[in-house]
Amino acid sequence: MEIEKESLVLSRQFEKVNAILRKYSHNVDNLIAILQEIQSEYRYLPEEILTYVATALQVSPAHVYGVATFYAQFSLEPKGEHIIRVCDGTACHVKGSAQILKAVRENLGLREGENTTSDLMFTVETVACIGACALAPALMVDEEVYGQMDEEKVQQLVDHLLGEGEKVDAV
Amino acid sequence: MNEKIAKKAVVVDGQEIILNGEKNILEVAKKANIEIPTFCYHSDLSVYGACRMCLVEVEGRGLMPACSTSPEAGMVIKTTTSRVLQARRMIVEFYLANHERDCTVCERNLNCRLQAIAASLGIDEVRFGEREEKLPRDTSTFSLVRDPNRCILCGDCVRACKEIENIGIYDFTQRGSQTKVEPAFGKKLSEVECVYCGQCSVRCPTGALVVKSEVNSAWEAVLDSDLMVVAQIAPAVRVAIGEAFGLPPGEITTGKIVAALKKIGFDRVYDTAFSADLTVIEEAEEFFRRLQKGERLPQFTSCCPSWVIYAERNYPFYLENLSSARSPQQMFGSVIKNFIYEAENTPREKIVSVSIMPCTAKKFEARRPEFIHDEIPDVDIVLTAQETIRMIKTANIDFKELDPLPFDVPLGAGSGAGVIFGVTGGVTEAVLRYAYERLTGQELKEVEFKGVRGMDSTREAEVDFGGRKVKVAIVHGLANAQKLVKDMRSGERYYDFVEVMNCPGGCIGGGGMPLEYPDYQEVLRRRAEGLYNADRLSVVRKAQDNPSIKFLYEKWLKEANSEIAEHHLHTHYYSRRRISDEMIRIQEAKSAQKVDIAVCVGTSCYLKGSYDLLQELLELTKEYGVEDRVSVGATFCLERCTEGPNIRINEEVFSGISKDNLRQIFEEAVLSKLVAETH
Repeated sequence: MEIEKESLVLSRQFEKVNAILRKYSHNVDNLIAILQEIQSEYRYLPEEILTYVATALQVSPAHVYGVATFYAQFSLEPKGEHIIRVCDGTACHVKGSAQILKAVRENLGLREGENTTSDLMFTVETVACIGACALAPALMVDEEVYGQMDEEKVQQLVDHLLGEGEKVDAV
Repeated sequence: MNEKIAKKAVVVDGQEIILNGEKNILEVAKKANIEIPTFCYHSDLSVYGACRMCLVEVEGRGLMPACSTSPEAGMVIKTTTSRVLQARRMIVEFYLANHERDCTVCERNLNCRLQAIAASLGIDEVRFGEREEKLPRDTSTFSLVRDPNRCILCGDCVRACKEIENIGIYDFTQRGSQTKVEPAFGKKLSEVECVYCGQCSVRCPTGALVVKSEVNSAWEAVLDSDLMVVAQIAPAVRVAIGEAFGLPPGEITTGKIVAALKKIGFDRVYDTAFSADLTVIEEAEEFFRRLQKGERLPQFTSCCPSWVIYAERNYPFYLENLSSARSPQQMFGSVIKNFIYEAENTPREKIVSVSIMPCTAKKFEARRPEFIHDEIPDVDIVLTAQETIRMIKTANIDFKELDPLPFDVPLGAGSGAGVIFGVTGGVTEAVLRYAYERLTGQELKEVEFKGVRGMDSTREAEVDFGGRKVKVAIVHGLANAQKLVKDMRSGERYYDFVEVMNCPGGCIGGGGMPLEYPDYQEVLRRRAEGLYNADRLSVVRKAQDNPSIKFLYEKWLKEANSEIAEHHLHTHYYSRRRISDEMIRIQEAKSAQKVDIAVCVGTSCYLKGSYDLLQELLELTKEYGVEDRVSVGATFCLERCTEGPNIRINEEVFSGISKDNLRQIFEEAVLSKLVAETH
């Protein structure tokens, strides 16, 4: 059943890529917009899709790869369904964001060098500042901000995200 | 602005210079005998203005980059002020901070622009730490080695590949301190569309892109007394090797090269101009046959290995149009391994055939499986001019003072026609010298076809062969070739014969030629002149008049395009993939008993509508309810571009797929397998 669902997704995604290319009239001037839309479809930019985009736009794959790696918004690695962004701006850093990051990663069972859980549910990133300095240390889960975190609260939050335990209130 | 200065003049370091259409301050300074240092400026590439080495002080404006600042009347320019020196020193120090410091073991030691500029500025200390991370070197091709640890991000290779070749295998990737110059997805050169021409390495100011050396195997061969080492020298290198020994570009040093190779220990030294003559005859005869039958026209030349690979990857519709004649290097290789060995009474495996070439792609060409028989390659070792220079230096030979020696007989001599193969337009001119006499039966008195000479990127000529007008075109640089092919495909232009050379100027601008000149364009011009001089000085100026050629046909080949000639001097071409090992997964079968289908979406098939076929195929799997047993993917090339669109079902490739036959193929090749497997 799972695989069937995946197949459907794959086929639908590829149709979408072609629709996106058509929408931007196969014009390389729209490359960034094209990559943005493809990323929102796949949640990342798969190498072979970038090569396909280069073929369809008649530019070199190196050109597309250059643009895709220049902008931090693009990811060439698969990302999880939910993105946890741990703030490491000055205020959060001083208030121990390193511990928070460690706790998030441990609770998700991420090994060193891994930023995405193997079930592709969660990706953990650090960001320079999310503008919630008064609530330091802070983190975001997708669009929700959680402030004044400590290791216990992190555990509670991750448990909840994994479908266990109580809800933690966002800001 | 200073009003005392003459109306259309600028002042450079106190000297008044009258402006005469100079593009930038670099050119104006040159007129004042000042060579401003640059890394990223090349007169034949777009101006990038990133390396900042060429900063000069312009009165009233401050520091300005000389490469991208146009001179204006009244400008007062100072090229060496304390601000300029301070800025340049700082910039070089930054470059060095990011650059490997193992100069003594670098290919470009004593031949490196970064090293030279650092030395001229007197940099004696780098105040910054070294780069900790060491990136892997790419040695994946036969032609080039890329060492990212030596890259200073000047982008010269990026622009060379994009602008001269319009391939663009490199680009800037990542950002800030992480910035790199690399091929797509950090792949190796062997995994991307590189045609191995080495134009990137010609422009690289450091050792980040260098020729892959075969010097060690060459030494091993010449120092082994059991082996007979036979060399052939390409036309272009004879007017360039001298440059490394203080002789001016264009000076003909053929005899000195022969003498040097003999001193090093080569047993026989022959001239590739000889096999170029052979190419002229074989290729021209092939052309006449096509002309008579009116088929496979235009005929494209095939002596340039980079052009051949490019055509194999991108122009499946023209593969039949490439001349089947092998390149002069491979023709000589074949002559050595199939004819000379017998004359020398030496077993084939004891002969080592070495070619001295201007070209990095020749290294690839020599390894094409078509040119290797029973594991013995026709050409064993390919040395570029750069590697040959290194060997001469290793042997401590005073090259400049050498007395010239002649080539070995009987197959040594080439005609002037063979010699000009090394310059753009040369192959065409050589063929015309043969064709005129062959088709009109009259002697050609004026052998120089000036109309096909010159450095314009695309040139054309019409030649009257006794009533039949033949249209020829000559193009150099793949970007220009691509434009020409586009026009030909659209019907805008028509030619009967097209000469294509990958490198600007032809082989004289090859990727393996000597490096480091302030004015590369001038060097190319002088090398071209050198080859035309060598032609003028030749006793024999037409391939058909070459007695060695007559000898070889008499003793071995019988006649042009004979069966023996076809077998030993001709070849064939294949469609080749541009992108390796990539597959877009579109539908995954969950059953263990499944059929895998790959639809090609490479450029050629994509343009023929393979995307629609893909959709149709997915529909078919639904219609027959076999989605769970058929995997569908999109792949980039099945190497059958002429017959596309192509699909692969398990291991079998089906060509010429259309909406009309897709259902039948699906039923026969896919459904039948599924039925068979369930039983």
